[in-house]
Amino acid sequence: MLLVHFVREVLDLTGTHIGCDTTSCGACTLLLNGRAVKSCTVFAAQADGGSVETIEALAADGNLHPLQEGFWEKHGLQCGYCTPGMIMSAKELLARNPNPTEEEIRRGISGNLCRCTGYNKIVEAIQYGAKKQSESGEEVSA
Amino acid sequence: MGHAMKRKEDPRFIQGKGRYVDDVKLPGMLYMDLVRSPYAHAKIKSIDTSEALATDGVLAVITGEDLKAAGDLHWMPTLMSDTQMVLPIEKVAYYAQEICAVIATDRYIAADAVEKVVVDYEPLEAVVDPHLALEDKVIVRDDKDKKTNHIWHWEAGDKEATDKVFAEAARVVEQTMHIPRIHVSSIETCGMVANYNKATEHMQIYMTSQAPHAHRTVFALVSGLPEQKIQIISPDIGGGFGGKVPVYPGYVCCAVASLVTGKPVKWIEDRSENLQADSFARDYHIAAEMAADSDGKITGLRVKTLSDCGAADAAANPSKFPAGLYSICTGSYDMKAAHIAVDGVYTNKPPGGVAYRCSFRVTEAVHMIERMADIMAHELGEDSADFRLKNFIRPDQFPYESPTGWQYDSGNYTAALEKAMEIIDYRALRKEQAEKRECGELMGIGISSFTEVVGAGPSRDFDILGIKMFDSAEIRIHPTGKAMARFGTKSQGQGHETTYAQIVAEELGLPASDVQVEEGDTDTAPYGLGTYASRSTPTAGAAGAMAARKIKAKAKKIAAHLLEVGEDDLEWNVDKFQVKGSPDQAKTIQEIAFAAYTNHPQGMEAGLEATDYYDPPNLTFPFGSYICVVDIDSGTGEVHVRRFVAVDDCGNIINPLIVEGQIHGGLTQGLAPALFEEIVYDENGQNLSGTLADYLVPTAVESPKWETGRTITPSPHHPLGAKGVGESPTVGAPPAIVNAVVDAMWHLGVRHVEIPMTPQRIWSQLREHGVTD
Repeated sequence: MLLVHFVREVLDLTGTHIGCDTTSCGACTLLLNGRAVKSCTVFAAQADGGSVETIEALAADGNLHPLQEGFWEKHGLQCGYCTPGMIMSAKELLARNPNPTEEEIRRGISGNLCRCTGYNKIVEAIQYGAKKQSESGEEVSA
Repeated sequence: MGHAMKRKEDPRFIQGKGRYVDDVKLPGMLYMDLVRSPYAHAKIKSIDTSEALATDGVLAVITGEDLKAAGDLHWMPTLMSDTQMVLPIEKVAYYAQEICAVIATDRYIAADAVEKVVVDYEPLEAVVDPHLALEDKVIVRDDKDKKTNHIWHWEAGDKEATDKVFAEAARVVEQTMHIPRIHVSSIETCGMVANYNKATEHMQIYMTSQAPHAHRTVFALVSGLPEQKIQIISPDIGGGFGGKVPVYPGYVCCAVASLVTGKPVKWIEDRSENLQADSFARDYHIAAEMAADSDGKITGLRVKTLSDCGAADAAANPSKFPAGLYSICTGSYDMKAAHIAVDGVYTNKPPGGVAYRCSFRVTEAVHMIERMADIMAHELGEDSADFRLKNFIRPDQFPYESPTGWQYDSGNYTAALEKAMEIIDYRALRKEQAEKRECGELMGIGISSFTEVVGAGPSRDFDILGIKMFDSAEIRIHPTGKAMARFGTKSQGQGHETTYAQIVAEELGLPASDVQVEEGDTDTAPYGLGTYASRSTPTAGAAGAMAARKIKAKAKKIAAHLLEVGEDDLEWNVDKFQVKGSPDQAKTIQEIAFAAYTNHPQGMEAGLEATDYYDPPNLTFPFGSYICVVDIDSGTGEVHVRRFVAVDDCGNIINPLIVEGQIHGGLTQGLAPALFEEIVYDENGQNLSGTLADYLVPTAVESPKWETGRTITPSPHHPLGAKGVGESPTVGAPPAIVNAVVDAMWHLGVRHVEIPMTPQRIWSQLREHGVTD
């Protein structure tokens, strides 16, 4: 069983989405042991004993994560289907590189396709999230 | 209105709590998968489902014969009143065509069982080139009485007047161009959960549908199920762009599977299935001519076009328009005469012609006119901006009657182009280009000054399968002053939960946060024709304003009653009715709402609500000017989009943030076919671009940093002065990019480049014209 099916159907966490069958679109991105992976190309068994973090983890304490805030403030989403994968990729990007340039952001999300937004506002959303994270001095970990 | 408020729908999406069709899980739900044809054209000699049926967990395999026995359900009508196979019996007509449906207890078993179905095919010669198809040597549809691949012929404009203009022209330019097949490729594919309850005979359907009411009516007519017993719920949709308007065979099979088993059945297509079998967009082969007089004023346009429809005419067009709104192709230019002739033809490819973010063939029309205008400008040795400024329809000519019968509502093309030129510093760029040319560097500047036509449409001309293209709004204000507003459209990301709330808020003075907007459940929403072709603001947005005004009229009566004055003594002030000259004597809309249930005048009905079905008097005509700057690597043929400025005019703006998002998204979907995307078939009709590994959807790296600007020219007939906007960028962008690339190489003798302008295509032209690096 694929990890994405395990998460969606066994764990009932449907925030992680399926958008293709060639590991191309990134809608299924989640963090496995802190690394952004495309969960459609990982077997559930490969996650055995590890930690899996999905979009649902981010506001679990009731407060939006700075990235989630950024996507809302900057209109970084329209249909919302690519959004969870986009946010999880961005989360790992900021953990590795808390202050990325625009080019680094675009490269960092180049594994996540979006058809609705034209990407400009996704970049702004991630810049917002990066700024908020560094201002609040939050510990940044993926 | 005009407020860039944050979207009300976002909290659920950013937390992964959206509800898309694949998120729906019902007890006892089964899974459906489809066997598909590996041939573009083949006879079916036999289908052996025995091994599949014998597999543990497989409940049923539905074939064309089964559908025929169930009441001739193996064929269905298309939106253009053609017919299309749901599942074939005698032969297949396109690669990846659905052959039979496997229903199993889980998706893995269904997928494995698909491999166990044995189909014996006898391959036939396939016809892939629409020009060859016209020769009728290989017939695609032998189910038709007339054995021909020619489907329809359609004309617009005045042939005699146009021929005369061309005979007298000082200059004529001609060009052929192909707008190839592309795919909407929304990140969510298509799917359905059908849930038939045998005890209540009620069919509940969750569907990726841009038009749930129209789909419900079509289902009722085709299946014979009573319409009041069918509920279609279009929940959150992950992008539509026109691809979720057609009825695909998979949907029909899924609904039948649920009818037959009495259990919920889920069908979600894979991306490969989506790219290979779902309705394509575009595929127009165009031969155009433009005539001009000795002053360089355009006098006429003459166009012949071949529309490659695939194996059925399943285009999503209003029924009287087999070539959509293609005759808008005289564009933003004033000219004496035009004539357009289009022929539709069958080929062995998937059926369709969705209006991919383009209001019914307007992308094709605009690509053609903007290329022709640019070619003419270059041939005449004129600057392409100055040529356009000279030829634009002037503001005093509106409402403008075009040579092909359109009445443009409003426009100010000069202002939009001049603004774009100012933002990008056009004259400085031309200087830079001249300098670069001296050094052999290839820099190009391309302009596209398009006129779009959206908001279908007035009932006298517009219907889909006979259903007129009005739209609707139903607004109800509760005693505590909060409102529920339901619409007949269906957002797939366009932000209706926010923009419609803003319309109601503007009209009635309620905070937008107090207005709950709903769409998509056919049991509760008023009847509408859905969201595509940028029609929502022009039709349902207008209905929302009109319904709110009916409520306001009743509210005034209640206010008069509460304040014990005559209605004529009252005036509206943002959110309350106040007595003229005595403003402290007032009643807020909230107080009026409460009174509607507790203290309404005797003889008046209680409640505070209204419904409006809006029949637009005309379409709306958004427009814009886009300027693109490219640098071409003469060694590799690669195009780098250095800058792209888009100035759009969509009339009065409801939410500037949402409008900007729509423009960015449309621009990337316009860049894509200009440089990257194309559905490719080999001579046997095999799809060579059938996965996202081959079909190149732009990522954040390929997509430029878009720059935008606005002008505002309201629509005189829309209640809010608004026009649609979502499609302008997809329509306007491709020719701006092509014009830039051709402009970069014009001095070498290059006249035209076909899209997608791959490095290979450009490099080949450069070699041909003597540039080696």
